[in-house]
Amino acid sequence: MRLATPLKNLDRELARFHGRLKAGAAFVLLLAATLLGRAFYLQIMQHEYYIQRAESNRISLVPVAPNRGLILDRKDRILAENYSAYTLELARAQPRDLETMLAEVGKLIEITPGELRRFRRLLAESHEFETVPLKSKLTDEEVAILAANHYRLPGVEVKARLFRNYQAGPGMAHVVGFIGRINDRDLKGLRESGREQNYRGTVHIGKTGLEQSYETILHGRTGFNQMETDASGRAVRALSRIPPVPGKDLRLYLDAELQAVAEHAFGDYTGGLVALDPNTGGVLALVSKPGFDPNLFVDGIDPETWKALNESPERPMVNRVLRGIYPPGSTIKPFMGLAGLELGVRKPGDSIVDPGYFSLPNSSHQYRDWKRGGHGIVDLRKAIAQSCDTYFYKLAVDMGIDRMHDYLAKFSLGERTGIDLDGESPGLLPSRDWKQRRWKQIWYPGETVIAGIGQGYHLTTPLQLATATAMLANGGKRIEPRLVQAVRDPLTHVWQAQPVVVRGQLALKPEDLAVVRQGMMDAMRPGGTASAAAAGAPYTIAGKTGTAQVVGIKQGARYDASRLSRQYRDHALFIAYAPAENPTIVVAVMVENGGHGGSTAAPIARAVFDFYLTGKRPGNMKLEGSDGSD
Amino acid sequence: MARTRHWILRGLSHVDGILLVLVLLLLGISLAVVASASGQSPARISGHLVNMGLALLVMVMVANVPPHLLSKVGPPLYVAGVVLLVGVALFGEIRNGARRWLDLGFMAFQPSELLKLALPLMLAWYFQRNEAVLRAKHFTIGGVLLLVPFVLILRQPDLGTALMIGASGFYLLFFAGLPWKVILGGAALGGASLPVVWGLMHDYQQRRVLTLLDPSSDPLGAGYHIIQSTIAIGSGGLFGKGWMQGTQNQLDFIPERTTDFIFAVFGEEFGYAGAILLVVLYLAIVARGLVIAARAPTLFGRLMAATLSLNLFTYVFVNMGMVSGILPVVGVPLPLMSYGGTALVTLLLGMGIVMSVATHRQLNKS
Repeated sequence: MRLATPLKNLDRELARFHGRLKAGAAFVLLLAATLLGRAFYLQIMQHEYYIQRAESNRISLVPVAPNRGLILDRKDRILAENYSAYTLELARAQPRDLETMLAEVGKLIEITPGELRRFRRLLAESHEFETVPLKSKLTDEEVAILAANHYRLPGVEVKARLFRNYQAGPGMAHVVGFIGRINDRDLKGLRESGREQNYRGTVHIGKTGLEQSYETILHGRTGFNQMETDASGRAVRALSRIPPVPGKDLRLYLDAELQAVAEHAFGDYTGGLVALDPNTGGVLALVSKPGFDPNLFVDGIDPETWKALNESPERPMVNRVLRGIYPPGSTIKPFMGLAGLELGVRKPGDSIVDPGYFSLPNSSHQYRDWKRGGHGIVDLRKAIAQSCDTYFYKLAVDMGIDRMHDYLAKFSLGERTGIDLDGESPGLLPSRDWKQRRWKQIWYPGETVIAGIGQGYHLTTPLQLATATAMLANGGKRIEPRLVQAVRDPLTHVWQAQPVVVRGQLALKPEDLAVVRQGMMDAMRPGGTASAAAAGAPYTIAGKTGTAQVVGIKQGARYDASRLSRQYRDHALFIAYAPAENPTIVVAVMVENGGHGGSTAAPIARAVFDFYLTGKRPGNMKLEGSDGSD
Repeated sequence: MARTRHWILRGLSHVDGILLVLVLLLLGISLAVVASASGQSPARISGHLVNMGLALLVMVMVANVPPHLLSKVGPPLYVAGVVLLVGVALFGEIRNGARRWLDLGFMAFQPSELLKLALPLMLAWYFQRNEAVLRAKHFTIGGVLLLVPFVLILRQPDLGTALMIGASGFYLLFFAGLPWKVILGGAALGGASLPVVWGLMHDYQQRRVLTLLDPSSDPLGAGYHIIQSTIAIGSGGLFGKGWMQGTQNQLDFIPERTTDFIFAVFGEEFGYAGAILLVVLYLAIVARGLVIAARAPTLFGRLMAATLSLNLFTYVFVNMGMVSGILPVVGVPLPLMSYGGTALVTLLLGMGIVMSVATHRQLNKS
């Protein structure tokens, strides 16, 4: 076989091989040119782009959250402050099974069931790259244990975090509010208002109260550290730093001691109280009972505690001063009286004979006075002092619902007062138009009658009553209530006073106002509806009691507080200012199921006046009965 | 003493000076880049030095073996390699979804590594044996010898290594005189069968190709390596950021930066000028290898020197192409630059063969 095969020409073979070598060399040169062409493209043509990419790889901005501003009372007592504490946080993206990790951590330090529940809730709300707090305020020992075991707990981090402490307690919760972890809704709000960038690195945001309404002022501006970081995001060294600007401090008009006195005066009643400075609109005290511990919310509340708070029949989460709406009852009478005089429906000296009831013409229905047999001959001053219903039934009918609505609206009834807290209810000041719009019904004359004594559709908040009363005290100036008196710049430490916002000035005839004021002063004197509450006061009080019905009383039936269980008793109302000659404080009190304004609400106001005007601190406050009924 | 020196001098006489200088230059550069890429890790640097010493020793030793003896190693090495590949297919260990490793008890071993030299040796031996009567039949048998390990490695699956080994076999057939019409016909057929090959590819292989076409589609996953390495190279500019000054390198952004992605470190720190120098050094080695091939007295020598030279540059091209983002990410180290003992020893063993061919001209003829 082999021999039969023709032998190759070696020279020809060699020449062909050399040809192949040249082809091979050409191929290699082609490859080399490709490589160098690519390198030229990357390193010369695209160099600028890639150098930028490398820089943005290398440099990262690490946000530095600013310190939140403090909240201080008028005497610079601290109501909300910051402290830093270590928290145990778990990365959401776990390298290992989350449950195993929780069990591991649980072996090292104690994790309570409440903390575990809270963790699971926060986990469900958190974002992909976040860490979720498991336990806050670690002790030094716990920090040490976790640090020692850090190597075998990937994804577990101990972080120093700023927290908020509300040391003023539950009584201040409805004023100061609380901060909580930023959730999806907060984030959306921040994004929409273009503030998202400023919240990089911030964990908390104001959720209620001043913490919410002054959020932008309290928060400050986030600083940034320009860091060189490696591929795993670990900071290697700092390149430059833009320091954060701390949030501004708030100084309130509110006096924490006065607040405590007012809260104490409520005893075990629930309700709301607001005290205003009639000349500035400054809120001196704002109590909504019961309160709650705002500290529970700062790092996320556990679901059971939240449920208990939210579903408690006492509704501790509702700010009664802002959001509690009640019929004003007899507290409307001074304003009705003023309206009658100013609109020319009544003259100061006009009087009626009160048979103990009022009937509309051509009707046998009797609108009864609270006092059987009536008050006899009654003028406006006496009608206010004794809270005569018949006088105001008649006045209301003579005035008509339209004029009544328009005039009362000037006292911020039926509108938001404009206080510097969010969530205020506007209440409801009824009118013919409103009824048509809301219910598609005509207005009945009987509805005007009961509107005269603040019943029917009319609903007000304690804050609205206080704002309206302040107008009686200051001569008709409508001032927006304000909690914050001044704001302190964190860099200059200079307090800047917040402006007093006057919404309007009611032109009142001094003699008209004087009659109403006299009536309110008489109410606090013997024979008046709240005389007992004023007994022995070294200053004069002008006040008016009221009752907000909880259950309707049938025609012909009598309301008997003693026969009703407490939860069906009427809410007691009281509005007042003092000293009557030169008012410096206005109070509106609502005591839930307190029955008569004179007996439960007025003494609370008295305690507030005493402390504010004389510095007298109540010992163990004793609530005394009043001689008058409503 | 004198005797020892005599033996050393005799041993060194079979070393090709030009190739040695080029190799040492590249190894020197490699040492500097590995030092920078490893953060001057003493363990890495000393390990690298040991590998280099070992590989150089192997090179010198092989250079002293005459080509006709080397050619005799071809068939047993090839047979052993194929048997081991079959063994891998039957009993191999699965790592990262591919059956590539054979557990020998004391070490894990990739038989495909063996074929990188065994296949060219085998083919060269075969063509040398049939030099005088070479015709189509022998190319067909050569093709079968090539396809057996190629298919076995492809099935592991290890597309990258299969292609590299296939390329070395192809170069040998090419230099042996495989007709152009067969080459061009095969290329046309291959091009036409690309869609079929795509269908046969494993998911992860398809993904690699897709990420290559658009790395930004998966910036945190498979595309991350390519993105970071192109950023490193591109940010190097004309003269680079300087030795140990590459931020992509020093801050850990480049993956596998002492091994497969070492060119990214080099490109970042030494720039386009450095890249040109590196490519020129490789081209010089190839050129020297082709000159040796042209002058080689035997067909075995010619084929081995030419094939190994082209093969070296193929590795260079595939690695640098991958790191600079024009080829898919396949696990191919950069010859003489990447850290890693096995690859270095295999490579310098090949250099030793080329040197043997270069220095045994007279001896062989006699």
